This record gives sequence, C-alpha cells and structure tokens, in this order.
Amino acid sequence: MQIELREHIAPWRIALAPVAAVAVSLLLGSILILWVGASVSEAYLLLVKGALGSSFALTETFTRSIPLIFTGLAAAIAFRARFYNIGGEGQLYCGALAATFFGTGLVTLPPLLMIPFLMLVGALAGGAALAVPVLLKTHLKVDEVVTTLLLNFVILLFVGYLLEGPWKDPMSMGWPQSESIIDEGVFPKLVDKSRLHFGLLFAVIGSVLCWAMMRFTVWGYEIRAVGHNPSAARFSGINVNATVIRTALISGGFAGLAGVSEVAGLKGYLTLDISPGFGYTGIAVAMLAQLHPMAVILSALFISMIYVGADSMSRAVNIPTYIADVLVGLSVLSILVSVMLTRYRLRWR
Amino acid sequence: MALLAFHHITKRFGSLIANNDITLSLESGEVLALLGENGAGKTTLMNILYGHYLADEGYIEVDGTPLPPGSTDAAIKAGIGMVHQHFTLAENLTVLENIMLGTESLWSLSQKQTAARKKLAQMSLDYGLAVAPDAPVSALSVGERQRVEILKALYRDARVLILDEPTAVLTPQEAESLFSTLESLTKRGFAIIFISHKLHEILRISDRVAVLRRGQIVGSVATADADRSSLAEMMVGRKVERPSLDPMATGKAVVRLEGVTLQNRNEVPTLDQISLTVHQHQIIGIAGVAGNGQSALADLLSGLSSPTKGTFELLGQAVTRASPADIVHRGVGRIPEDRHHSGVVGDMTLWENLVSEDLRVPPVSRGGFLIDQKACIKRAERLIEQFDIRCEGPEAETKLLSGGNMQKLILARALSPNPGFILANQPVRGLDEGAIAYVHGQLLAARERGAGILLISEDLDELFSLCDRIAVIYHGKLTRSFDAKSVTAGQLGLMMAGQDPGDIELPSEQTIEQAKASISDTLQDQGTKIHAD
Amino acid sequence: MLDIFDILISAGFWAATLRIVSPLILGTLGELICERAGVLNLGIEGIMTMGAMCGWMWVYMGGDLWSGVLFAAFVGALFGLLHSSFTVYLGLSQHVTGIGITLFASSLSYYVFRMLLPNATTPPKIVPFQPYEIPLLSDIPVVGEALFSQTPLTYLALLLVPAVWYVLYKTPVGLAVRMAGENPMAVEAQGINVLSIRTGAVMVGSAFMAVGGAFITMSAFDAFYFGMINGRGWICVALVIFASWRPGKALIGALLFAGLDALQVRAQQMAGAIIPYQFFLMLPYILSIVAMVIMARRASYPQALLTPFRRGERT
Repeated sequence: MQIELREHIAPWRIALAPVAAVAVSLLLGSILILWVGASVSEAYLLLVKGALGSSFALTETFTRSIPLIFTGLAAAIAFRARFYNIGGEGQLYCGALAATFFGTGLVTLPPLLMIPFLMLVGALAGGAALAVPVLLKTHLKVDEVVTTLLLNFVILLFVGYLLEGPWKDPMSMGWPQSESIIDEGVFPKLVDKSRLHFGLLFAVIGSVLCWAMMRFTVWGYEIRAVGHNPSAARFSGINVNATVIRTALISGGFAGLAGVSEVAGLKGYLTLDISPGFGYTGIAVAMLAQLHPMAVILSALFISMIYVGADSMSRAVNIPTYIADVLVGLSVLSILVSVMLTRYRLRWR
Repeated sequence: MALLAFHHITKRFGSLIANNDITLSLESGEVLALLGENGAGKTTLMNILYGHYLADEGYIEVDGTPLPPGSTDAAIKAGIGMVHQHFTLAENLTVLENIMLGTESLWSLSQKQTAARKKLAQMSLDYGLAVAPDAPVSALSVGERQRVEILKALYRDARVLILDEPTAVLTPQEAESLFSTLESLTKRGFAIIFISHKLHEILRISDRVAVLRRGQIVGSVATADADRSSLAEMMVGRKVERPSLDPMATGKAVVRLEGVTLQNRNEVPTLDQISLTVHQHQIIGIAGVAGNGQSALADLLSGLSSPTKGTFELLGQAVTRASPADIVHRGVGRIPEDRHHSGVVGDMTLWENLVSEDLRVPPVSRGGFLIDQKACIKRAERLIEQFDIRCEGPEAETKLLSGGNMQKLILARALSPNPGFILANQPVRGLDEGAIAYVHGQLLAARERGAGILLISEDLDELFSLCDRIAVIYHGKLTRSFDAKSVTAGQLGLMMAGQDPGDIELPSEQTIEQAKASISDTLQDQGTKIHAD
Repeated sequence: MLDIFDILISAGFWAATLRIVSPLILGTLGELICERAGVLNLGIEGIMTMGAMCGWMWVYMGGDLWSGVLFAAFVGALFGLLHSSFTVYLGLSQHVTGIGITLFASSLSYYVFRMLLPNATTPPKIVPFQPYEIPLLSDIPVVGEALFSQTPLTYLALLLVPAVWYVLYKTPVGLAVRMAGENPMAVEAQGINVLSIRTGAVMVGSAFMAVGGAFITMSAFDAFYFGMINGRGWICVALVIFASWRPGKALIGALLFAGLDALQVRAQQMAGAIIPYQFFLMLPYILSIVAMVIMARRASYPQALLTPFRRGERT
C-alpha cells in the first residue's frame, strides 16, 4: 500500500469527511444493534425520534449540546496548537467549583452582572486548572497528555471531598451536593417549560469569538503556526511558549464555562455527576468538527443527538445506553481516517 | 554479463517524473559515477535499486537474475549495500548493535555477539576501517559514522556499494581517505556507484560517468574522455557561469562578536570564545564539517539563543537577551539551514509565511492584533512578482512549492526589508543549478547594496566563489578569517579537521585593505592561541 | 514515625504492595514495549478495561482462569492491531488514536457487559485466582508470607520483567524493536519491515495491558465494576517516563509507587478521621505527576517516538 499526498484538496472532500465518518460509525454500531436482535433501521429511527421527534426532545438535545460545545471548543483550540489537553473533564469541574463557590451567596450582584461574573470566574478557574500542566510542559518539558489526564482524577476527588464535607448542603438529605446557586446567578430559560437555558446562546457566541480569533487575529495566526511547525514559528519570531500558554488558558477557560453552564444553567447546584464525561466527549466533538470552531456547534449538536436519542432508543428496544459512547468512540477513530483521505490517497498494489 | 543492470526504469511521484526510462549497467571492479543536480533523480534511482521505492516501469537485474522489486531484504541478499546520504544509524545504540541489526533471524532466542564482534574486528583490519564496536553512535564523528555505514554494507557481504553524496559532510582530507578505501575495494572486485554533483571528485574517483538531468540519462562517458566543463554542461543543460566577486571596499562593521561563548543545556560550550567581525559590502564564509558549532552560531545570529559570555554587537548596538523578533527588527535577514523544518510553515499559505516576521507591525496587523489580510496579500503579490516565486498565488499552500521557489519565498521575506546584516546558513542546499544561481545572485546584490553577509556552508566551492574571506569552525572554535583568494582548500581542510592555523603554512596576506579590518582578527588570533587545545 | 516503621515490616503491607504492583507492572511493560518501538499507546486505559471485562466474562461464562487470561491477551492484541493500523500503517496521530481507542474500548466493554448481563444489579462474582504458596520459600517468616504467597498472575508479572528485558536487549527481534523506536529508516535499510516490527510490538504491548486489566478482575477482585481501571493506565504511561523506558527501572518505579499506595491505604485507616479519604486517594495521581516532573528533563526518549514511518514516501 502506498500513501500519496494529494496536490489539490477538493473542498467537497473536507466537507464530506465528517459525514463519511459518521456513516461508518453508525454502520459499525449497527453490528451491536444486530447483536441485540433489534432491527437496525428501527433502532436508528428511534434514536433520531428520541432526539428530534418532539419539541421536548429537541430542547433536550440542544441542552445537552451546550457543555459539549464548550468542551469541544476547549479541545479544538488546544489541539490546533498541538497542545493535547485531555483534561477538559477536570477543568469543567473547576469551572463548576468556582461558580458554586461564588454563586451560592458569597457574592450577590444583579443578574446582568452576576451571570457574566460567574462565567468569568468559572473560565478563570478552568484556565487555572490547566496552568500547571501547561507550565510543566513549556518549562520542564513534561508531557501534557498524562498530566492533564491524571489531574482529572485529582480534581474529581477534590470535588467529592468538598461535596461530602465542607460544601455539603445540609438540606440535601445526605446526597453529596452543594447549596443552590442564588437566583441572580441562574441562567434564564431560553424556552419556557424546558431545561434549555441561555447557555446555548453563550456557547454559540463563544464559538463565533473563537472562530474570529483564529481567522482574523495575530493570536489565531500564532496558534496555527505553532501547531503546524513550532520550529518555524519560533524562527520567525513567534514566542512559542507564550502562545502555548495563552492557548491553554483559553482552552481551559472554555472547559470551565461548560462547568458553569451545567451548574448555573442546568442543575442549579453542584453534584459529582454534573458531567458524564463531557470533557472527554469534547475531544470527539472537536475531531468531528476538524477543529473548526463554528463546526464545533454542529458536531456538538450531532453528538448530543446521539446521547439523547440513545437514551430513548435503549428504553424502547433494550439496547444498553453505552451504545452512544461506543458510537462516539468509533467516530473519533473514523474521522481520523476520513480526514486523512482528504489529504492523501491510498494506492494499493 | 553485467553485474548490475537497470532496464527502462520509470518512477513517477504524482505529476513529477523522477526517473524516465533509465537503462544503465555496471561491471564488477568499476566505479560508476552518477552525476546530476539536486532533484535530477539520482537518489530516487538508487532507492529503487535498494528496494525503498517501487518502480512504475522497468526492472533491475543482478548477475542476470531479476531483482524482486520493492524489497530491501532482497537487494541486500543480492549483494547490494547502500550508504545513505542521511546516515541510517540509531544514535543511542552501539556501533555493533547498528551493524548486527538484520543479520540474524529475527526469531532466534539469542544474539551471537561474540562472533559478530570477531567478524567486525577482522573486517576492520582487512579494509583499514577502524571502529570501536561498543561506542554509542552518538559519540562518533561524521567520518566515523560513515565508516560504520560502509562496514554495515560490507558485513552483509555487499558486492555493489552505493554511496549517496558521501563527501558532502567530509573535509577534503577525509574525502581523500574515503577515496583510497574505495580504490582498495574496487581492486577486490567490488563495484561502486558514486553519487555526487561535485565534478572534481567524480573525475578523481570514477571510471565511468552517467549524467542524469530531470530524471533522464543525458549522457554516459568514460571518465578518461570527460572534463569538467563538458560534464557541467551536460549536467545542467547549458553553460554554467560561476558568480564573480568584484572586489569592493568594505564599510563599517555590521556584526561584531568578541569572545562569545554559548553553552547548551548540559553546560557544554557549543561556541567557545569565538570572535568575528562582518563589515558592510563583505561576505564572510564559515567553513567546517557539519556539527562543529555551525548551528549554534546560526542560532546566535538569528536570535534563537543569547551568548553565555562575550559581546555581541549588531549594527553598532549591543545584543544581550536576543529574541528572533528583536534580531529581525534590528535589521537582520536570516536564511535558515532547513527550509522545511524552520523556514516555512508548509500548511499555511504563501502570504501568511511572507508576513510571519512582522506579525505585530503595521501594515500587517492593526494594533498588533487584527491582521490586515488585504495589505498582507498585496505585499505578498508584490514579493511574488519581485522574487519570481512560481506559484498559484498568495493563497496557495506553501508546502506545494518546489524547493527553489520555497527558498525564493524565504529570500523575499528576509531580503525585502533591505537588512544590514544577512545570515545565510546553507542557502543552496538541495537546490538545482538555476535556483542556486538565483540565490547567489541575490546575496551578491545585497553585498553590493551594502549588507554584510555571513555565509555558512559545507561546500568549499561555494565559499570560494562567493566569499571575500573565509573562517573555519571546529569544535565550537572559530579561526580568524583568511582572504578567500589566497587560502587553499587543502589548508582549510586541515583546519576543518582541527589543526591549529598556527601550525599550517599559510599565505602571507597583509595587504593594506585587510589591515583596515584586522583589529578584530588580531584580537581573535590571541583568542585562538590561548584556547587552542 | 514508629507506626510507619511497623507498617513497613509487616508482611501484610508487602503482600498488598505486590498485589497493587502486578497490574501496574503489566501495563507499564506493555506501554514500554509500544513506546520502545516508537508508538505511544494511549489506548492503554481502554485496553485494560477491555482486558478486565473479557477475562472476567470468559470465566463467568464457564471458561477456566488461564484460558481467560489468554482470551484477554488476545482481545488486547486485537486492539493493538487496531491501534497500529491507524498509527503505524496510516501514520495518524498517536495521541488522538489512543484517546479514541480508550473511548471506544471502555464503552464497548461496558456495552458488552450490560448486553450479556442486563439485569445484574450487584455485580456477579467469579472464583478468582487463589494465592499459590511456593513450597519452602513461603515458610520463611514475614518474607515468605509477603513474597511467596501471591496469586500466579503476580508471579507471572514479576517474571515478565526480566523476560522483557532479555528480549529487548539480548535478542535480534528486541534490537529491531529498539531500533524502530530510534531510527526506523535504519531498520528499513537493513531489510526489515519497520511496519511489521512496530505492529508486532504494539500488539504484544497491548496484550500485556489487557492481562494487566484482567489481573484486577480475576486476581485482585472477583467482579467487574464500571470505571474500575480508574486511571491505572495513565499511571502506567507516567511510570514508563519515570523508568526512562527501561524494564528494570519500570519494576522499581512500579514497586515504589505501589508501596506508597499500600502505605496510603494503611495510613488512611489510621488517620482517616483527621484527613478525608479523598486526599489519600489523590496521592497516586499526584505522585505520578511528580514522578514525571522529576524524570522529564533527564528522560532519553526513544528518538522516533510519535514519528510515523511511511515506506517509500518521498521526503
């Protein structure tokens, strides 16, 4: 087998890559559905119905996509700079911690200020959680993949400690959860009588800002240059370490926002299970979006659809809900291949 | 019957035809020189022979039996050995391990180290190629590494030895000793394919020359019937004119280094008390075998590192804590050693690469933050025209450029602001003759305009044809500079091998013109004497 | 202070250390083999989960223990093949592939577990490996009880350390593996297929990881829980760096680590009232980070780690 670089990349190939990846994942996933003995078409139809079939389902899908957009942006921007931040999960909880710390009565501001304030401290906390790994990388050359991964466990244990100890809500009847966010800090609902909140708007604004930064600013230029070729970037006068640190802080900040929006937008208080792995799923979101900030919205919606749809599908045809995680894992792998095929051609001989 | 025969070999890479219908043969005891410019297809042809590449058409015969294509293993078993231009050695492993790899069945449960050691010792003796079997390759000099590569091939009973640009990294004396090794090998019946673009070496060592141009054999002659100019013309396809250096009065100093020491992370000096002055209207060449401190010197002058000790003055101002951005904005144009590695970001567009040194400066960006794409593209269009960069336009991806055009892009970025000092580190490596002439022409024009230029090169011919003065770097130490018209290649070679200039009979050269610029040289002389080991 | 000393000379502490160290040794050796060949395998966490599930399920379904271990190794090797088709043959990002495999393999393990045991509320149990007391040696007081009354998989893990060392440093195939991680072109130039060598190394390494996972469900415990690997795979990746890619040092690093972990469990029992247990549980992860920080500067990475090799590609 020979791998050849394509000299010209047709735009349709780039657009088609995620579609092909999703198709392949669904196809492989259907093996698992067949194993249960269910009809594949019926199962996937149930999945789509469960995610988009009613206005309730739709709002659930949109709600679920909010943290995924944030963690997807976190992964996308970091991966652009070849900084492998796998710690989105931990940073998400740090953002949630900050929102809980400041939002449960410590600070009281009118809603117009309180919500931005909570988002600010959440983003700062998320960035701070990534400060240690990024400084270890830039100054001591410690691989960031392992440090960010390990910190996820440390942070989660710390949250557990707080929720079982000093932060435990005395009214929670023994459940490990924090007190509630004060009313001024709670995100308003976007759609009445649903769980869909303003976080969606913030997430979309975040994507637009992120895209604009990548496209129009010196920072975006530097992130791309450092990601593609750090030595050339350094040679031409870009401060590589500063760029990596800045990127990491922005990335951690986005992951932190995911935590804020789950606490202040969805739940109203902090628990140990506000995230069923949004930080890790964010990597899949970013990969499916080919690291493009605007495409992150679409890919987050798609993955959220899988999760929400899988819930109702599994109830109907008795397929374990883990089917959604399997599909997400598969899509990370298949997008890698399909993106590669946009740039290279394989020749068999 | 020929020992080795290529039959109608054709190889394409995308739209590029690297080898076009090549037919060629080789007898035992013969040295065949494969002459051609960079990119003519020499290495591709050898990679097909050695099984790295598959030919699209044609076949190869050894002793009349066809060689299975695309299998290095088969090539080795047929008695073909290759010394790659970029050595294929693992630096962290020992010489013996490097040589033994692949000589035993992969699934045997032990290694016969003792036997291998004995065989290697015997071979070292037989061929006069001494190596320390247990030394890690990282501890060896370039010449020694090449010896290991040759031994690797001989250890596997090669009868045909391919040497791809073997002298590029050697001093003239080391090259001479390589040649005598090769001569003794041919006397024992080995056949040798010697790839080079250096004419004098080819005339010196080969029995027959095959000339490749754009993937085709354009001529095949007995070396006895060939001469320099006919070969050169065959290789390039037209008369080659070497640039001529008109003497010019030098101006004031643009770069002055005095007693500069640079240490790496392990506090080993990579530059050891060097002194150097470059004046306006002057090209100073740095000769030396690769790995003797050239990169450290280049890093220093391009702002990637700051001196640990000593003074570094740039255009009259002291530099203490340098950064690439700072160096560029003080008026330095830099041509890096490896254009793919540090010259350009291949995945970004031409215009992005053309503005990469001025990102935070108007008109490239507003307020140092918002990039003004229109202004950038306009600038890129101007530079593309001015420097004749053949491309699809400023929005094309840079990695699609040919080597020569990529180098033009780097020249455009480095030279268009009219820098007072230019650092050119191996500026023509891997380029074809047309591009080489272009780069040299640009450097000479810059000299004319008043720039001072430092040219780092491993190619003495290039240094002689382009430089006013030449200094030699060895183990991080720099000799004083010598007038390029009076110093000889032999003398430089001795210095490149580490001899103290004081021990070499050098031409007397105190002309009035040089006396002017010799204050720093005297200082430096003292430096070398004190610190010579 | 005296308390700690008491712990250190107790047989129970050492026995616990060896129990904790076994999956770490297996995982670390597996990762080390992959990285020595030039491939970072971040699929480790998922592959260990897969191994834990497969080995356990095999026995639960009626297979015997040793064939369960083999089955886990086989499935691990399959995921290694998946990893290497991406990273070795197609030259795709080793980071993203590894994360993708971890996501895929762990969720697939859970899916299969739920699929086969849909109604299990409390995790069902198997009869795990029993301690095997080595005759004579196990009669030595303290030491015998600590070192020679372990389950067979622990002995296997310990024996694999010198075995891996021997193969890597004393056999032709080991030389080829190390060379593939240093300079793949050198391997290619000697007529050996780099892609096969790397694929083989990743498959064997992944099999090791899977057995490491299987140890947890078949030897240390007797049931499969969700999230039971709990970052052990990532700790192994850190240990490889700590060990500078050497099997002997990997053993020392893993022992040190497991010892501190065992100590932590005991300290937790003593000081649990004062210091919340979460802080003790954090220790292994923090220690791993510290270990990496200590070694990172000195580490001599395999030179070609993370660099794909494409045969016949024009450079």
